[in-house]
Amino acid sequence: MPLLWELDSESFHLSFISNSQCMKLDSKIPEGPLEDKWRNYQVKSQLINPSNKKKLNVIVVGSGLSGAGAASTLAELGYDVKCFCYQDSARRAHSVAAQGGVNAAKNYQHDGDSVFRMFYDTLKGGDFRSREANTYRLAELSAPLIDHFVQQGVPFAREYGGTLDNRSFGGVQVQRTFYARGQTGQQLLLAAYSQLYKMVRTKKVEMFPRSEMLDLVVIDGKAKGIIVRDLVTGELKRYAADAVVLATGGYSRVFRLSTLAIGCNGSALWKAHKKGAFFGAPSFTQIHPTALPQSSEAQSKLTLMSESLRNDGRIWVPKEKGDTRSPNNIPEEQRDYYLERRYPSFGNLAPRDIASRAAKERIDAGYGIGKLKNAVYLDFKHAIEKFGLNTVKDRYGNLFNMYNKITGIDAYKEPMQISPAAHFSMGGLWVDYELMTTIPGLYAVGECNFSDHGANRLGANSLLQASVDGYFILPNTINNYLATELKEEHPSTDHPAFEKAEKETKENIDRILSINGTKTVDHFHRELGKVMWQECAMSRNKAGLEKAITQIKEIRNSFWSDVKVTGTHTEMNTELEKALRLADFIELGILMCTDALEREESCGAHFREEYQTEEGEAMRKDEKFAYVSAWEYDQGDFRLHKEVLEFEFVNPSVRSYK
Amino acid sequence: MKVTFKIWRQDGPHAQGNIRDYVVEGLNEDMSFLEALDHLNELLVLKNEKVIAYEYDCREGICGQCGVFINGRAHGPHDNITTCQLHMRSFNDGDTIVVEPWRAASFPVVKDLIVDRSAFDRIIEQGAFITAKTGTAPEANSIPISKEVADRAMDAAACIGCGACVAACKNSSAALFTSAKINHLNSLPQGKAEEHKRTAEMTFQMEMEGFGSCTFTGACEVECPESISITNIAEMNARILKSKLLR
Repeated sequence: MPLLWELDSESFHLSFISNSQCMKLDSKIPEGPLEDKWRNYQVKSQLINPSNKKKLNVIVVGSGLSGAGAASTLAELGYDVKCFCYQDSARRAHSVAAQGGVNAAKNYQHDGDSVFRMFYDTLKGGDFRSREANTYRLAELSAPLIDHFVQQGVPFAREYGGTLDNRSFGGVQVQRTFYARGQTGQQLLLAAYSQLYKMVRTKKVEMFPRSEMLDLVVIDGKAKGIIVRDLVTGELKRYAADAVVLATGGYSRVFRLSTLAIGCNGSALWKAHKKGAFFGAPSFTQIHPTALPQSSEAQSKLTLMSESLRNDGRIWVPKEKGDTRSPNNIPEEQRDYYLERRYPSFGNLAPRDIASRAAKERIDAGYGIGKLKNAVYLDFKHAIEKFGLNTVKDRYGNLFNMYNKITGIDAYKEPMQISPAAHFSMGGLWVDYELMTTIPGLYAVGECNFSDHGANRLGANSLLQASVDGYFILPNTINNYLATELKEEHPSTDHPAFEKAEKETKENIDRILSINGTKTVDHFHRELGKVMWQECAMSRNKAGLEKAITQIKEIRNSFWSDVKVTGTHTEMNTELEKALRLADFIELGILMCTDALEREESCGAHFREEYQTEEGEAMRKDEKFAYVSAWEYDQGDFRLHKEVLEFEFVNPSVRSYK
Repeated sequence: MKVTFKIWRQDGPHAQGNIRDYVVEGLNEDMSFLEALDHLNELLVLKNEKVIAYEYDCREGICGQCGVFINGRAHGPHDNITTCQLHMRSFNDGDTIVVEPWRAASFPVVKDLIVDRSAFDRIIEQGAFITAKTGTAPEANSIPISKEVADRAMDAAACIGCGACVAACKNSSAALFTSAKINHLNSLPQGKAEEHKRTAEMTFQMEMEGFGSCTFTGACEVECPESISITNIAEMNARILKSKLLR
């Protein structure tokens, strides 16, 4: 059983936990007023002169927005960078799939936006479960990020006069989202990829596609390298560096069906966790309200339809249970626009966690639509009447085309069918203000860390966080660590720690290949996904989570005794790749359920059925749970540490979008 | 539904390949084409055979990693989609479906249906960027860009780098891919400073990689999942002339 410290104690005081249990968790928040913290940090941070930077090597794992941004910027600063990705090219990273946009407090719309308002929206959207200083910095660096991407040639949408256009996103009452049609992630990623290859050309970045990190190498307590499997030859390779940056994205494929790319995985995080990096709020998972519904058991993926559709689309279900009429034949008065009904001031633009739960509530109550009664309608009829077909086409054309390609339905003529799906991991490796994990020299940037989003991420803040982490923050904080490493000897791949890590990796691969059981990897992934979706997704309860932990442990046992993987390890073997990732997902699933079980409150996307108001809204318990859980791996068990969140500048309020 | 797949199997870049037949039952029309292959692979594992190697990642038509020849067409029977967006409802019960990798000398086979498209990365490396360091950008609205220019740049920038244009072309030309990137960056004010250098170096690299010349058949435009127009190629050709005169 996990060790849950102090939870049941009646005499539980925040000051007490902050003194006794958080010794290892120094968040390194700089002094001073909120708006001065980042500047104060930079003033005091150590610098490294250009001739010395050349002597330092950095490994970046992942080539998405945060990875490519970090790798190219570190190379521009003079470091030697090696960048790894499992795909055939850096341009495939899953940042590419973000559709709607990127937020920035530019106040171009003159609608009262400011850095502070954006900070507050983000903190509130996350239900006050993130660090004030980090969240403020995210908002503060958003405006220069737009400048950066425009300079790199991102073709953002423009007004006729040539200035940048904006649109709204959920959980916010201003227009601060910048976009490039419904392909904003693609355009930002391609800009980052271009900048990365600019540095490949100068030989400051060496790119390793089709390469998957299988272990982290720690020497004298510091991250010094990685073990990588060459996915073409199967060869295990060692790479040493003065610092390691993980930029490996989210892990929602633990649910199997998610909006993520099929290859997205949590293995790099999990290996780092097992080597000592604390895992922050692992159970905080965003369930996106507007994905395409599951249609069969064989389905591998739930395609996301951008939240931006909720700007003009209206969500509804029939007022009558089991209404099988075609949606166009259901008259207005027999439709329940339940978001507008429950949340009149935000309506269809309520934050994602709230919109998803509201959909689940209707579907569970028997009002779901579609073949499997697992969806709700997203209707553009009114938007087309109001703005005309061409305007709607201009705004969302590619999304409607995508919907048509996948479902065969013309959404200009009848409403889309949408359903909630596992999407973003707010949780991730715990990092301090410098984005360093609890292993010195190991950094986590982008979705793979737990930093800015708290218990729920606002739409269009994901591209923002990935970019800001990679381009602006890490390149300003890593020097503070590397300055001290300059005096140390460069690590060698002959070090016994490399030998040991490679040997263990090889043994793990051999073990999987030798089981030769009777079930496929996908079989076990479906089993895991079902348990996780049932018990650890949109709503959770004590009994369910306890049952889930037992069930996942059973899945783990049968995986390790009955999985069948064909082929060998010395060739390209896509089945082996899946098996290695799944083995880590299974263990991560246990930790996620453990974390959800421990947090006896509802906050943001974490909804515990036992803790809700009479109206079914989340009930936060600040006096007991205003902390970030940070789990330490302890020989198969997990030990909880707490980073107490102290709110100096804002007063955590009850989140209301009514 | 039941179909017969005829699939190209090849162990490695230098191994001899061949077409093998697989009769697969228990499919349904809502499955995507790749899910049907996933299903086949599970059956192969249970029969103790090696799985078929094919590529994919996002499975929503944007990453560009998937891509195979299906019944003689890049990305299958429909215009302007990716392989992952193809569904079994596009086939009939009892159909035979021939699946091959992209065929182009510049895209050597890695294994089975997987090819090496790193030639695209090397074309990008030769100038598909704006030489400006992080942290040096002016205020975003300080340079107005008309909506028409931004929209046209976006049309070209939408390329997902899947390689269907090359695969569909009888000359294996990469002109659509290269022109889309050149036109995206050269048409924006930020990209102007390096426009001639970019055009010259990227097109030089395109030739060095062994891609064929464009003879303007338009086959690429039909298969491009992002519907990138071949007028981009004409525009690139004009830019090549200009770069020779002005560089």
